[in-house]
Amino acid sequence: MALNRDFVGRSYPSSTPYEVSRVKIREFAAAIGDDNPIYHDREAARAAGHPDVVAPPTFPIVFSLRGGGEALADPDLGLNFAMVVHGEQRFEYLRPVYAGDELVTTATITDIRTAGRNELLTVRSDVTTVSGEPVCTTYNTIVERGGAA
Amino acid sequence: MTATVKYDEVEVGQEIPPVDYRVRRVNLVMYAGASGDFNQIHWNERFAKMVGLPDVIAHGMYTMAQAGRFVTDWAGDPGAVVDFGVRFSSMVVVPDDDEGATITVSGVVEEKLDDGKVVVALTARSGDARVLSKARAVVRLA
Repeated sequence: MALNRDFVGRSYPSSTPYEVSRVKIREFAAAIGDDNPIYHDREAARAAGHPDVVAPPTFPIVFSLRGGGEALADPDLGLNFAMVVHGEQRFEYLRPVYAGDELVTTATITDIRTAGRNELLTVRSDVTTVSGEPVCTTYNTIVERGGAA
Repeated sequence: MTATVKYDEVEVGQEIPPVDYRVRRVNLVMYAGASGDFNQIHWNERFAKMVGLPDVIAHGMYTMAQAGRFVTDWAGDPGAVVDFGVRFSSMVVVPDDDEGATITVSGVVEEKLDDGKVVVALTARSGDARVLSKARAVVRLA
């Protein structure tokens, strides 16, 4: 089923800040098999000039879709999750994400388009600290296989 | 926070040697838990086949994370990455055996930018398939 184009331009702020913890960063780093001490140990991170444990570059995927997830689950959008695969992903970093950050995300559906038999939907997520400091912007394109068939 | 690779010592066209990253089912289970992406195509073979996939496939973000690891290990500092984007061009199929699948990542310095930054073009393959395309990282070097 074609996705509802009325959703293009809609924005979804995260309802509560996401608190980045050392434990979560360590869990994520372990899951991707990366034993870089900067992800696991505060002293190692400080010795490398960081204020605290650093999150791996792809870590923002953990929280950047929180607001957008609500939109994707809206029945009016018409997305069949069983057929969804990831199409493209990009991160622009103003600075690294650190343990202790409290981050808020505004997710905006920027594009819905058809490519062959598939429907493609792009979400931009603007991530800032609770005090408004920009941290990163993420771009996530998902593919609904067969959605346009 | 400083990269260990020096901008002045890097040349356009310089290759970064390939690294193999193994992915088994257990890695996908761990990644599902850590990332919060519990899509069943990444851990449930019955479901994956029901929706027309050959078998369980890795999270695209798991593959991207390996490419990220390749870049940060090369640069020497995770904080040196200022932009990182990929297209997921093919699936990494992960069989239910001890071998799993292998993702091979390699890179080449594609461009030198101002401010000590370089563009690294990344290639990621699994078996015969190129699993990432348009994969680029912008890294601020020392």
